[in-house]
Amino acid sequence: MKHHLLSSADLTREDALLVLDTAAELLSLSDRPIKKLPTLRGRTVVNLFFEDSTRTRISFEAAAKRLSADVINFSAKGSSVSKGESLKDTALTLEAMGADAVVIRHSASGAPHRLANSGWVRSSVVNAGDGTHEHPTQALLDAFTMRRHLGDLDGRRVTIVGDVLHSRVARSNALLLSTLGADVTLVAPPTLLPVGVDTWPVQTSYELDSALDKCDAVMMLRVQAERMDAAFFPSAREYSRRYGLDDRRFRRLQEHAIVMHPGPMNRGMEISADVADSARSVIVEQVTNGVAVRMAVLYLLLGGADLSRTDPPDFDPTKAEVVS
Amino acid sequence: MTAYLISGVSVCGADKPSDLLLYDGRIADSAEAPPETVRIDGGGLVALPGLVDLHTHLREPGREDAETVESGSRAAAMGGFTAVHAMANTDPVADTAGVVEQVWHLGQSAGYCDVRPVGAVTVGLRGQQLAELGAMADSDAHVRVFSDDGVCVSDAVLMRRALEYVKAFDGVVAQHAQEPRLTEGAQMNESAMSGVLGMRGWPAAAEEAVIARDCLLTGHVGSRLHVCHVSTEGSVELIRWAKSKGWDVTAEVTPHHLLLTDDLVATYDPIYKVNPPLRTKADVEALRAGLADGTLDCVATDHAPHPIEDKECEWEAAAMGMLGLETALSVVQQTMVDTGLLDWAAVADRMSVRPARIGRVADHGLPLAVGAPANLVLYDPGGKRIVEPKRLQSLSRNTPYRGMELPGSVVANFLRGRATVLDGQLQ
Repeated sequence: MKHHLLSSADLTREDALLVLDTAAELLSLSDRPIKKLPTLRGRTVVNLFFEDSTRTRISFEAAAKRLSADVINFSAKGSSVSKGESLKDTALTLEAMGADAVVIRHSASGAPHRLANSGWVRSSVVNAGDGTHEHPTQALLDAFTMRRHLGDLDGRRVTIVGDVLHSRVARSNALLLSTLGADVTLVAPPTLLPVGVDTWPVQTSYELDSALDKCDAVMMLRVQAERMDAAFFPSAREYSRRYGLDDRRFRRLQEHAIVMHPGPMNRGMEISADVADSARSVIVEQVTNGVAVRMAVLYLLLGGADLSRTDPPDFDPTKAEVVS
Repeated sequence: MTAYLISGVSVCGADKPSDLLLYDGRIADSAEAPPETVRIDGGGLVALPGLVDLHTHLREPGREDAETVESGSRAAAMGGFTAVHAMANTDPVADTAGVVEQVWHLGQSAGYCDVRPVGAVTVGLRGQQLAELGAMADSDAHVRVFSDDGVCVSDAVLMRRALEYVKAFDGVVAQHAQEPRLTEGAQMNESAMSGVLGMRGWPAAAEEAVIARDCLLTGHVGSRLHVCHVSTEGSVELIRWAKSKGWDVTAEVTPHHLLLTDDLVATYDPIYKVNPPLRTKADVEALRAGLADGTLDCVATDHAPHPIEDKECEWEAAAMGMLGLETALSVVQQTMVDTGLLDWAAVADRMSVRPARIGRVADHGLPLAVGAPANLVLYDPGGKRIVEPKRLQSLSRNTPYRGMELPGSVVANFLRGRATVLDGQLQ
């Protein structure tokens, strides 16, 4: 692969499996008393967040720090849209400071592509969520979580429910999970499915119940109440009745099926509190796995490993030097 | 005034070469060339009546950092145009006789082409109250084309009144067809591509719904409608239908909509951000077919200069629009002539004769015959060039064709017998 991680589409099946396998090795670290590896010592990772997202930022920050990278958090609220400093000038500043990787979160779809492809920076760019486009590390951590519970994802059925139209999580997951061989079904009211979704490598359904019976994992997407004002659905209650994962629907799931949510949740809207807190919910585990997956991404991008190779990287966490 | 004798030139693509004498501002009998006539070898060149653009943004007054009437006129001359219509969305808006006269006078003093101001339909382009259309029509600028371009006259009653009112002075309302509610925050064509890229889509129906309504209103009140920058297959069908009813509806297509498609947006490079957005290959093919059969009357550039910083940014933050004057004829050659869809006589019709008629521009778009005003362009359809933004006359550089190879070049351009371009160089 590539020097950057901008979209799940950048990952071949081999790339994706390499990230997931590397993350599995790295996760074993978190059980040890000293969690830090010297791998990225002396390298600088910038978290460039044009949009508030404390959970994603601290996840990337923890990942970089556990690899001993220097971390700079750059909260650039207010992009050129609101007449602040332009993306270009921000990028040139980071380049001048010698950033090796830029983790960017932005409200405009494609902003990470601009950063990566305009010649403004030489560093690796990691998309930490851009507008309504993609969030590839979220998809990786979701796939990672599914693998731990379900094993190989080839032929597994994953149902993703909710506001697909505005969801970067849904886009990245649809691409990555189908790359990994899973059968993905997107469930949403017709107003919240994008035009052209029939060209995606997924099934779609307007009806939730039948999509639950055979699935191995169900992922509920956050639905923002303001979508109601734009007539995407008549009311929060109607949405919840038709597309919410309540206790009745929960009982339709197979015994081994897991319940996922990228967070933050609207309890009582797309997911009931009982379901969110049930033993089959892996929502908290997703957060833990996020750090390991982001460590793997930073390691593979900055370690110079060629992610297109199928052989594992020259890396063995058990033999790594432990620094305090 | 220097006389020019162009020898052996193909007039509008005619097989038989002819000689054209430009003398005293007119085309004269080539046997009557005075001494000291400058001779131009027209071998291999095509002579076309000077091109007329119904749709340019010259940005003056207000955004002289992006373009001025003078720089835009220079770009027009280099592109083979002898008359351009300057859109009203300046700052202040060209919604009074004062502003349109200012623009008209700036064009006259620049002298590279005739600049015909377009008057706003509504005060401040706000879509609430008719601007003083009659005052602009009666001014020195003799405005005949009225448009809120950039904004749609979406209020049906206001549009009806505008169509009715301009009948008093043989005006035409040029509509920017974009249903505003359907396109709030829209960033690109609504298609499979917008779904993948996660960008707010701009449905074809938002353009077509307004065109359908305006055609019906035009038929009802018996006025003249011109549809700006048609971009979809459905729009072409609607205009074909309106014409079949005998209604006085005309339409334009831009060079970029004849060539570029929405898959370019996957680069997220705002150089491709434009209103209306780039559409699909099927749309491009329908637009070419519509221009070929005359459903679309003309090519208009929608030349829209923007400073660098308004394009060197995130897609969402970027301005909409692209340069067009200096590449239009080459793009038309590539998409319409080299493909066999139009011959050069038809290019003259679509880029000079019909737009001049729609805009009621006297002295332009006339046959290249003895006695006609000497407004003509010499074009070399042979050869290729790589588009280099820095070499353009426009103050801005937002050409979507940068680095692309395009056919042909403008060799010379004459405005009432005076050379504005010679040997491919601006005079």
